[in-house]
Amino acid sequence: MQLEYTLQIADNALILGHRLSEWCGHGPILEQDIAITNIALDLIGQARSLYQYAAEVEGKGRTEDDLAYLRIGTQFRNTLLVEQPKGNFGTTIVRQFLFDAFHFAFYQELCNSKDETLAAVAKKSLKEVTYHLRFSSEWVIRLGDGTAESHEKMQTALNDLWAYTGELFKASDADQWALENGIGVDLEVVKKFWEEKVSEILKMATLEQPADGWMQTGGKQGRHTEHLGYILAEMQYLQRAYPGQEW
Amino acid sequence: MNNWPLWEVFLRSRQGLHHKHVGSLHAADEKMAIENARDVYTRRSEGVSIWVVESKHIHASSPDESEALYDPANDKVYRHPTFYDLPDEIKHM
Amino acid sequence: MVPIKSLEEKFQAAVDAEIKIEPKDWMPDAYRKTLIRQISQHAHSEIVGMLPEGNWISRAPSLRRKVGLLAKVQDEAGHGLYLYSACETLGIDREELFEQLNTGKAKYSSIFNYPTTTWADIGAIGWLVDGAAIMNQVMLCRTSYGPYARAMVRICKEESFHQRQGFEILLTLSKGSEEQRAMLQDAVDRWWWPSLMMFGPSDKESTHSAQSMKWKIKRKSNDELRQQFVDATVEQAKILNVTLPDPELKWNEERGHYDFGPIDWEEFWNVVKGNGPCNKERLAARVKAHDEGAWVRDAAVAFAEKQAKRRAEANKVA
Repeated sequence: MQLEYTLQIADNALILGHRLSEWCGHGPILEQDIAITNIALDLIGQARSLYQYAAEVEGKGRTEDDLAYLRIGTQFRNTLLVEQPKGNFGTTIVRQFLFDAFHFAFYQELCNSKDETLAAVAKKSLKEVTYHLRFSSEWVIRLGDGTAESHEKMQTALNDLWAYTGELFKASDADQWALENGIGVDLEVVKKFWEEKVSEILKMATLEQPADGWMQTGGKQGRHTEHLGYILAEMQYLQRAYPGQEW
Repeated sequence: MNNWPLWEVFLRSRQGLHHKHVGSLHAADEKMAIENARDVYTRRSEGVSIWVVESKHIHASSPDESEALYDPANDKVYRHPTFYDLPDEIKHM
Repeated sequence: MVPIKSLEEKFQAAVDAEIKIEPKDWMPDAYRKTLIRQISQHAHSEIVGMLPEGNWISRAPSLRRKVGLLAKVQDEAGHGLYLYSACETLGIDREELFEQLNTGKAKYSSIFNYPTTTWADIGAIGWLVDGAAIMNQVMLCRTSYGPYARAMVRICKEESFHQRQGFEILLTLSKGSEEQRAMLQDAVDRWWWPSLMMFGPSDKESTHSAQSMKWKIKRKSNDELRQQFVDATVEQAKILNVTLPDPELKWNEERGHYDFGPIDWEEFWNVVKGNGPCNKERLAARVKAHDEGAWVRDAAVAFAEKQAKRRAEANKVA
């Protein structure tokens, strides 16, 4: 269960980092190209620390790369939100903000984990995520309250992604186990922070918060959207085509 | 098409030092300018403090006036410590 | 009014005395134009150069390689930005420079019109393309225009990890399986000649060279730099156990340099003119990013204006 829990955190970071890296070289302006890549690098860095720890917890001699490159889709534990396509810049910003608000509160709680390694990763990552949240919040406001066109694009992205937010707070077996053992975080506490933050920022952005309807779930159990398959096909291509090589 | 204005970026590389001009960038407002400066100019821990100034607010002296502005200081050697002769025995001065 | 002739003499005297020229100093019109052309071409090359390498970010074969490559391609964006900034001190703004790039009016380094078809290409670009670029960039740290020289110093400092990263990728392949070694050799076969072309036409053919040397914008000729690159690279190739695809490559005791075979200038000029394998894709990708980013840039300006107005009104009330 500890392995499962660590992978949940790591997979979120890797898949979102991978998604963000798709902007590198294609951003709306050079300055933002660089900014988005900084966030991608932070996230992949977090994933590496967590995979290294997961491999150690498992104790079967697997490495960070075995975990990232040699698991199949149903073995990935990331939430559905982070695997959603980059869309336009507004989609990426909304996806980022909805996740950052969760990520920030999550790491804040995880700093108190009885698991010293997870607590240490959380402390280091929290600094990074504090900046991510600041960045994405400001961009949500800027684009939400910018032009009529940007407002509309942001509202559409928000409406489309909203159904993937419920899963962030729905405890999986691993979440439940981690909470009971003082290792994990209380997702109810995280949710409270998230709801306040999201409603505050959306209000400033003049965006309408969608109603909480049916929420898509399954990522934490390995039931993903169609998108993950393509991410992995690309990401794992070399490792799959030339098994067992050093790169 | 609206262009983002140009900003000049100054970094303090560590506490105790002056801010130093490191380059420029584009940003729509001052908040974004600071963040862009952070993302562009401190990727390798180059700074602990950032100043940004919109380039249009910088007033520069003209090179045509440089003789009048700077040459007169050249012969004011009495502003420099070596102008004053003291015996070698005097230490710490 | 000071006569132009004496201004020009003063300018050239400063250049000869290794005094840097700064933005507000008087400079000949042609010097300004040459700089704008060269610095913007250089900036465009950094930005277009992100594309062939960026092509492999999503497929990098390990997490260590992924962050390394991502950081490297990001650096290219930074370098483009520093160079556009240096160019802007000459009185032209970035938007106009982008316009020149996107409409095909401005050139960028032709090397980036070649495709990256295997992972080994990422290593080969780091080793050969960055290696060739560094020869040029180190020279440009001493160029006569202050903002350009300062941008180059910063770039060279950051660039130093790029070539090492490329070489390490290739070294790993060279110690790998037969397939990996074949991948390595194939990449070197494809990138060697285009890398030599990066230094531009030979000195006899080069149209801008003499004046640029006199103004100390350039400090070494194309052929000198090319030779310097060949001499350094042949030795490194031995460590990788690869064959450089030039049967005429051999040490010339008398010259103290490596001799090398003739460059296919017909290919070079064709790629410059737009007939390279990826010219269209590269330009299309830049245009797409710029066009699709327009609403984002507009919205940010609109928001900044609203904020300024709100602040002004708040101040009035207070």
